[in-house]
Amino acid sequence: MTRWTRKDLLGLEELSREELLLILDQAKAFQQVSLRSIKKVPALRGKTVALCFLEPSTRTRTSFELAAKRLSADILQIQPSSSSLVKGETVLDTARAIEAMQVEIVVIRHSTSGVPAMVARAIRSSVINAGDGSHEHPTQGLVDLFTILEKKGRIEGLNVLIVGDILHSRVARSNLWGLTRLGAKVTVCGPPTLIPTGIESFGAKVSYRLEEPLGAADVLIALRLQMERQQEKYIPSSREYTRLYGIDREKLKGAKPDLILMHPGPVNRGVELSPEVADGPQSVILEQVTNGIAVRMAVLYLVAGAHSGSADSPVDAAVHPEPFESPQGKRSLT
Amino acid sequence: MKTQTRLKAHLLDEQGIQKALTRIGHEILERHRQTQGIALIGIRSRGEMVAQRLARILNELGGTQVPVGALDITLYRDDLSLISASPVVHATDIPFDVQGRKIVIVDDVLFTGRTVRAALDALADLGRPESIELAVLVDRGHRELPIKADYVGKNVPTAQSELVQVRLKEVDGADEVVIESRRPTNKEDTFGDAGETVSRPGGDK
Repeated sequence: MTRWTRKDLLGLEELSREELLLILDQAKAFQQVSLRSIKKVPALRGKTVALCFLEPSTRTRTSFELAAKRLSADILQIQPSSSSLVKGETVLDTARAIEAMQVEIVVIRHSTSGVPAMVARAIRSSVINAGDGSHEHPTQGLVDLFTILEKKGRIEGLNVLIVGDILHSRVARSNLWGLTRLGAKVTVCGPPTLIPTGIESFGAKVSYRLEEPLGAADVLIALRLQMERQQEKYIPSSREYTRLYGIDREKLKGAKPDLILMHPGPVNRGVELSPEVADGPQSVILEQVTNGIAVRMAVLYLVAGAHSGSADSPVDAAVHPEPFESPQGKRSLT
Repeated sequence: MKTQTRLKAHLLDEQGIQKALTRIGHEILERHRQTQGIALIGIRSRGEMVAQRLARILNELGGTQVPVGALDITLYRDDLSLISASPVVHATDIPFDVQGRKIVIVDDVLFTGRTVRAALDALADLGRPESIELAVLVDRGHRELPIKADYVGKNVPTAQSELVQVRLKEVDGADEVVIESRRPTNKEDTFGDAGETVSRPGGDK
């Protein structure tokens, strides 16, 4: 089996098929830790994980926090409102200060694409991207792969339909990289203004109408309509969006009976998903949340291993396939 | 990491392994009088196979089904921070409640005792057994912790630098236990096959 050698997890784009399968396999082994009465193993005892969520988040942050706690790591919470970032300190200076306090793993969420990669190059500590701008959200992508694998027993050859705001969605990017690398057939669907041009060259089919690809889909991933990203400029109204692309019981009548319905959360009920399908028998949304902990435990465990004994392993030894690009340059799909 | 090895001696053949396990089975029965309440937990990966074989013997002797589980101790190792890449974690698969049971931990080779220490910690997190005992196919000495086996298939005096290889039909195609000599290498080998730090098929014990 492959060994994990990367210091950081910045995105799924740079991961090989073998590395993806290794993480998924390890997540399977971590699953049972959360099912027993003592939900803790000593694997990361004495290590510190800093959670730097510089953009609001509940479920990813709590998921990382629980994952780190169940591995016995110590946790450092960096909140933008209570940190020196509001005094004008740069992210890099904050990161270097955290590194200087011997923190082994830094989990970063930032509204600008590429920040985790920039920090990863600057410090020796392992960096895990918990979502950067519209670039990637690798652990959510892994959670979705893991959930599909659990539910369908395979990924290769499945028809996966991603519906919604593909343009701004980092989850869609990570899903696209991970799914295509593992052999799934991905179709993205949404209003033309929210589908980046040229996305076909990344291995996805494009459909502007939901009904056509829905009949063949094995998996449907509905994305959140991101109200905070000024979507009113892209669509006439959320009501029209719901009429055309919102998933409800009526539209699901045209789908396979064993279709599974996923959503990275948080759900805008009544917009991209109607309540009866969000809570319906085909929905695996809560399983995604449960699986998130096992997947993040696996990621923390793997990068911690690559980082141990780092006192004499130079930063250059880590793999950085992608140089940092400006936020504009990073929007390679748009 | 490959080390140069040379076969030094055959310790047990297929029949020898079977005899040793049968004797352990009798000893367990003698001490507990019945198999009721006993459960075997093998340490992944060869300990699990030895536990399966021991369970078959106990089932014949005691007439009841002795439950068998498999324990992965990777996350409880004391040398995780010394190893360059995280060892692969396997799932622990214990299909019964350990609470109140008489557990016998089963492994193929007892060497430094560190694997057993990790297994004791892992078991404690799963519940509170009535008692825990230890059964090993081969005890090769060189303990680094105060740990002693309750049931031993064969005691073998070895040099620290030698390897004890247990090969089992299930994974290696044949049943045998051999000693190989090699040049001394770094310490991480002493943890045995559980961590897969070495690419040798049998694991270094």
